[in-house]
Amino acid sequence: MNWKAFAAMLARDAHVARRNAIQLFLQTFLQPLLFVFIFGRVMVGSGYLPAAYKSLLLPGIIAISMVFTGIWAVAMPLIAEFQWTREIEDRLLAPIGVAWIAIEKVIAGMLQALVAGLIVIPLAWLVLRPGVEISIGAPWTFAGVIVLVATFSACGGLALGCSINQQHIGLMFGMVITPMIFFGCTYYPWSALKTFPILQKAVLINPLVYASEGLRATLVPQFPHLSIKVVLMALLLFDLVLLVVGLRQFEKKAVS
Amino acid sequence: MAVGVRTQDLRKVYSTAPPLGAAGLFIARADAKGGKQPKTQIPALDGLSLDILPGEIFGLLGPNGAGKSTTIGVLTTRVRPTSGQAWIGEHDVWKEQTRVKHLIGVVPQRPNLDFSLTAREILIFHAAYFGIGSKQRNERADALLARFKLTERANQMVRGFSGGMMQRLSIARAMMHDPQVLFLDEPSAGLDPQTRILLWEIIREYHQTGRTVLLTTHNMEEADTVCQRLAIIDHGHVIALGTPARLKASIPGGFLLRLRFGNQTADLLQRLQLLAGVREVRAADSTGADVYADRGGSLIPEIASLAANSGAELSDVHISEPSLENLFLHHTGRSLRD
Repeated sequence: MNWKAFAAMLARDAHVARRNAIQLFLQTFLQPLLFVFIFGRVMVGSGYLPAAYKSLLLPGIIAISMVFTGIWAVAMPLIAEFQWTREIEDRLLAPIGVAWIAIEKVIAGMLQALVAGLIVIPLAWLVLRPGVEISIGAPWTFAGVIVLVATFSACGGLALGCSINQQHIGLMFGMVITPMIFFGCTYYPWSALKTFPILQKAVLINPLVYASEGLRATLVPQFPHLSIKVVLMALLLFDLVLLVVGLRQFEKKAVS
Repeated sequence: MAVGVRTQDLRKVYSTAPPLGAAGLFIARADAKGGKQPKTQIPALDGLSLDILPGEIFGLLGPNGAGKSTTIGVLTTRVRPTSGQAWIGEHDVWKEQTRVKHLIGVVPQRPNLDFSLTAREILIFHAAYFGIGSKQRNERADALLARFKLTERANQMVRGFSGGMMQRLSIARAMMHDPQVLFLDEPSAGLDPQTRILLWEIIREYHQTGRTVLLTTHNMEEADTVCQRLAIIDHGHVIALGTPARLKASIPGGFLLRLRFGNQTADLLQRLQLLAGVREVRAADSTGADVYADRGGSLIPEIASLAANSGAELSDVHISEPSLENLFLHHTGRSLRD
């Protein structure tokens, strides 16, 4: 393992992220904040939704922001660099094992997802206040959840970015990402699906469910949520499976 | 100490489309069995063995789709061979990839510069991937930017660079970590004549520091003036190998006269063979003949009268002097540009 090369690649990704900071910021936060404003302020303020919805919504918004930052940060450059600009070849020729280049991408994606989560919390709180009741009762569990969520997003980005054809990016958003958000228990708790028993079972294959429910369990435990043990196990499983799939796909793309 | 390059019996069959830069291969279809769809099998290398000496400028010459880019791909860890072996120095390319990557610098056929960075940052980060210290990488980047006449554009994003500038920067990047073996895939394709001469100068200069250079080209002049030894490859294997001078000398007679007649008879070909200085006569389709001979223009009157006597009117003559183009034609019956 060549740590110098690994660190240099991370430095390169940090440098590029810094250069595109404003664009990244708008791309990551504008949509969730508009959603927070409309549903948390307008709908609650006008009495169509109960005041408690503000607190219920926040964990879901954090989950969406983190997951899509991570997926976007890893998948989009990989799709472009492998299929179009071939930019990644410079790093594929660096003196480091090919799998480590993929792992570097995952670490960079995780860091971006964590930063997105940490920024969206105060931003959403600013838009929603007053009346948001967050309490981090178990900080270590919370930390565990957000690290697993960040890892899931980056590994998901790796698997998608190395599997999807450039001309199918639109399809990826329509067919994978949009249903994932709407069936991801982001805007409602999982327990709200109990009147749709089949759907309630079916959404359990959606990793975003565990991200939203995990954040709900650790930030707003006063609402019903999935057991934290189930959440941690499921996230860990998704992380591992997506990492293995992603690494395999990456190596297939890297060597013809 | 200079490092050599060796391949032994390399074979590569693509079952999907070959990577960019190795496109344009001939396509063969494997037999369909059990009602399955026929699978596209694209053979790119067919038992390619090369022995490139340490400190030599070696050229791979061949038409598009001959297997040049695939050979470079295998030697630079980017294409896994179906069978056979490749070594950089004493290191097996596929067993000691990281070690091999330290020793090589690669200039791809199509620029693959990091579009998110400026020209200078591209060089600096590249050196950082190779563990070169900050002071040294800054110095080296400045020197290479100056050498490649890019200093003025050093702090601009490369997105707006012209093709020639991107190519120069790609070469500078490949030299940043001072590799023992420099690979250049079609380095002068798309370059203007001035830049091409600068490029050749730089390749020779780099070679003088004891480095090995392997380049691919289908440009005769480049192969002739830059390379110390050449392998002419076609359909994935070597068809001729040697110094440019020796290769050219191996063409029978040296001169090639491509003749075209109104009509042509077997008798005519036999009589052409008997002319003084003619070494070899080959029928080229139904109305033409390729004549390899020791002399060029002075043969024409004799050929013309011979043709007139046998009732075949000479309609076109093209004379070329000893060249690698003729050598390729002699071995394959096809022109390099076909």
